[in-house]
Amino acid sequence: MRYGMAIDTRKCVGCADCVVACQTENNIPIGYTRDWIAELNEGTYPNLHLEIRSERCNHCENTPCVRTCPTGASHIILGGIVKVTHEECIGCGACIQSCPYDARYMHPDGYVDKCTFCDHRVANGQEPACVSVCPTHCMYFGDLDDPNSEVSKVVAANKIKTLAPEAGTKPQIFYLV
Amino acid sequence: MKTNRREFIKISSMGMGALALATTPVLGWVPGFLKDDYTNPDDSKAKRYANYCEVCFWNCAGWVYTDEKDKIWKIIGNEDDPHSNGRFCPRGTGGVGMYNDNDRLKTPLKRVTDESGKQTFVKISWEEAFDTIAEKMTEIKDNYGSESFALFKHGSSGKHFAQLLKAYGSKNIAAPAYAQCKGPREEAFKVTFGHPLHSPEPLDIRDTKCLVLIGSHLGENMHNGQVQEMSEAIGKGVNIITVDPRFSTVASKSKFWLPIKPATDLALLLAWIHVIINEEIYDQKYVEKYTFGLESLKKHVENYTPEWAAGITTLSAQDIRDTAKEMANASPAVIVHPGRHVTWYGDDTQRLRAVAILNALLGSWGRRGGFFMPEKAKLPKYPEPKAPKPKWSWRDISPGKYPLAGTGVTNLLIDASHPDYEGDHKIKAWFIAGTNLIASIPDIKRTLDALNNQEFVVVVDTMPAEITGYADIVLPECTYLERYDSPRLAQHREPNIALRVPAAEPRFDSKPGWWICKEIATRIGKGDFFDYKDFSEVIDWQLKQVGTSLEEMKKIGVKKLNRKYDDLYFLEDEEIEFHTNTGKIELYSTTMEANGFDPMPKYTAHQESSEGFYRLIYGRTPAHTFSRTTNNPNLTALKAENDLWVNPKVASEWGFKNGQKLWLQNHQGKVSEFPIKIRITERIRWDSVFTAHGFGRTDKRLTRGYGRGISDSEMVSDVKIDKETGSTGMRNNFVTFLTEKPNTAKKES
Repeated sequence: MRYGMAIDTRKCVGCADCVVACQTENNIPIGYTRDWIAELNEGTYPNLHLEIRSERCNHCENTPCVRTCPTGASHIILGGIVKVTHEECIGCGACIQSCPYDARYMHPDGYVDKCTFCDHRVANGQEPACVSVCPTHCMYFGDLDDPNSEVSKVVAANKIKTLAPEAGTKPQIFYLV
Repeated sequence: MKTNRREFIKISSMGMGALALATTPVLGWVPGFLKDDYTNPDDSKAKRYANYCEVCFWNCAGWVYTDEKDKIWKIIGNEDDPHSNGRFCPRGTGGVGMYNDNDRLKTPLKRVTDESGKQTFVKISWEEAFDTIAEKMTEIKDNYGSESFALFKHGSSGKHFAQLLKAYGSKNIAAPAYAQCKGPREEAFKVTFGHPLHSPEPLDIRDTKCLVLIGSHLGENMHNGQVQEMSEAIGKGVNIITVDPRFSTVASKSKFWLPIKPATDLALLLAWIHVIINEEIYDQKYVEKYTFGLESLKKHVENYTPEWAAGITTLSAQDIRDTAKEMANASPAVIVHPGRHVTWYGDDTQRLRAVAILNALLGSWGRRGGFFMPEKAKLPKYPEPKAPKPKWSWRDISPGKYPLAGTGVTNLLIDASHPDYEGDHKIKAWFIAGTNLIASIPDIKRTLDALNNQEFVVVVDTMPAEITGYADIVLPECTYLERYDSPRLAQHREPNIALRVPAAEPRFDSKPGWWICKEIATRIGKGDFFDYKDFSEVIDWQLKQVGTSLEEMKKIGVKKLNRKYDDLYFLEDEEIEFHTNTGKIELYSTTMEANGFDPMPKYTAHQESSEGFYRLIYGRTPAHTFSRTTNNPNLTALKAENDLWVNPKVASEWGFKNGQKLWLQNHQGKVSEFPIKIRITERIRWDSVFTAHGFGRTDKRLTRGYGRGISDSEMVSDVKIDKETGSTGMRNNFVTFLTEKPNTAKKES
């Protein structure tokens, strides 16, 4: 069991519904986010290229955030989901510094918070909120260990890339380009 | 005294200032708040209520979830809804912010003038508000006739106010959704195919092979169903042709991006028509069978060659030819998108006629992957007495003007309200329901001059939108999440009904639109037009006439019905009588001709920018709809202010830095109230600037929207009227940059 995501940048329009849905689903305080939109524009007028993608914690296989955590609050649960136990977090911020994706933020209550792949929904057989609401259907979620899962098939059938592969974190979010 | 009788009231002089300050802010983060109930609410413990979204006109149906404490938690799409297919856009998901916004209007307000002449709003009871309104309505009717009371409306609750005016005896009702948005498109398609497009547009995007977007920025405008189908089509390898001076999101997903010189779209359209006819790549069987006027059209476009258009549009003749062939190759599964907000240059009906003609030549109307034939559910009308017949309506204000206008023209009502109106059909009082006229109608000065000429103005809204500052009476309506409204009956592939029920009690002292109208009607002796205790009775009665009920609809939210009439697409060789004068699709429009307009579109050049000025292009950003969302806590968290897209060449000429704040001045000398941050980007042409609509709020009661970015509407003072429909062309305004605001500079020196 290895949960992961594939995100089709060819379909994503950057509307940020994933961001709002995450905020309402998970009661994220206004002004903070667990996911966000990145836009990369290259070229000069009129020869331009634009990539738009939804980003969040990559739930890496090799996790600098978990290694640097002095209290064990940052940990990995079944399926490879990286989580933070809020009660055990002392808010030192070492994990925030170590994350090459800037995927963690300091919650105003003094602990570090991040994407959970909506494990509370996944436990009930639902998709993460961001995936379930996306109007362009550009996100796929599932078990990467299962070659028959939709996400595995999408990853296998398309040209893909991961973010900051040079960091050696083995991210579990794949972008279709 | 009369001219400043309705001066705009600022917060400093607001009688309700103390009330606003006394309210505890729960927006944003409050310490301890999340710790107490951090655990995620559980779907299985939540209750859900059927609704359809009111954040935009797409009206997607969904479920409003409340948590264990009966607090509104989240809004999720209804999977049976053809508008949303179970997936909302960020605005719909963020609709919770409309409910949670503590800047909402909280109580009825009345404008009072004290002995020193100072004007303030004071809090009044609903009773006093209704009595005042009823008294004024009676007075206006006695003095000028009921026709002189006009209604400007938008959205679902507008229907209740239209019912009130109908009972009272006025048909002077208009919505900016027509003359400031899709009016020219509706009439152009009507005279061509015998049918306007309505909403949602019956575009078969999911099955199209070629989608042509002209200035339409799908994906930045989140017209949900269309964005979803476009994404599906991208997955199937659709070829998209985007015509836009800006490298829009969808331009980046297109096979062809044609970076056209703005205001020259009609030249491109005519050249496309030229290529398709002359190279005989149109759908010959379809055109021969269903259309009227091919030979005239062929002659008409003879000189509109790609080479001619290249000189005007700055595109290459080769690209024009290639894209025409791309469309023809996909025919009939091709859509030349009609757009939605099309009031650009004042010859918009003619431009949209060219769009319609092009679709006809490609055989896309009535074909899979083109335009499908939509069907709409009907509900019988709740019993009511016969309405009084008004002696005149908006059509009589300027006889002979705008003969093709199919529904109320807002700017005609403004004309009849203005001190310079010399006709016999004067407007003396306004009801404004759910539309912020300051942001939705161009030439703000003219709107305010007309408004100041009124004897009485009532504004109904959920938010202290700018327009409320000019009212005599302000009525706080509750949001769509807290009220019943008529079920949504929009056209689609399958006819369907979507329900709206309240998910929570109205916050503050806000009330539903139906209740407001019923109470006013009762006081003017027209209560029998609102013959029910609660609007849910009307909904239940109507639903029962078609074999369902309020109870059933509460469980399912959306009910799809079987199609009763024609098929989704034309059948092979089907004989079809189109609702036009000739019974054919009119390439040559006999209706246009009969009304004194060109029967086929001709190219006319539009005004160009002068040295140092840039055409102002405005559009949408996915998180916002109009000015109604630019104070929403969830949506302003995504995008709090607009920025101005400026080409790097232009920025370097001026010596500007990215993010620098600038004021804008248009070619008529109008200076923006606030500065705007510039975004230096290759994604915009050097002769234009772009910004998102709806920002730069000027009412200080809007704590998140006030002074954030600029209002594009404020910069649109030069309006070119479309002769056919009266629609207001708004893209003929040019702006230059000011590094400081002129009057501010004066004060400082």
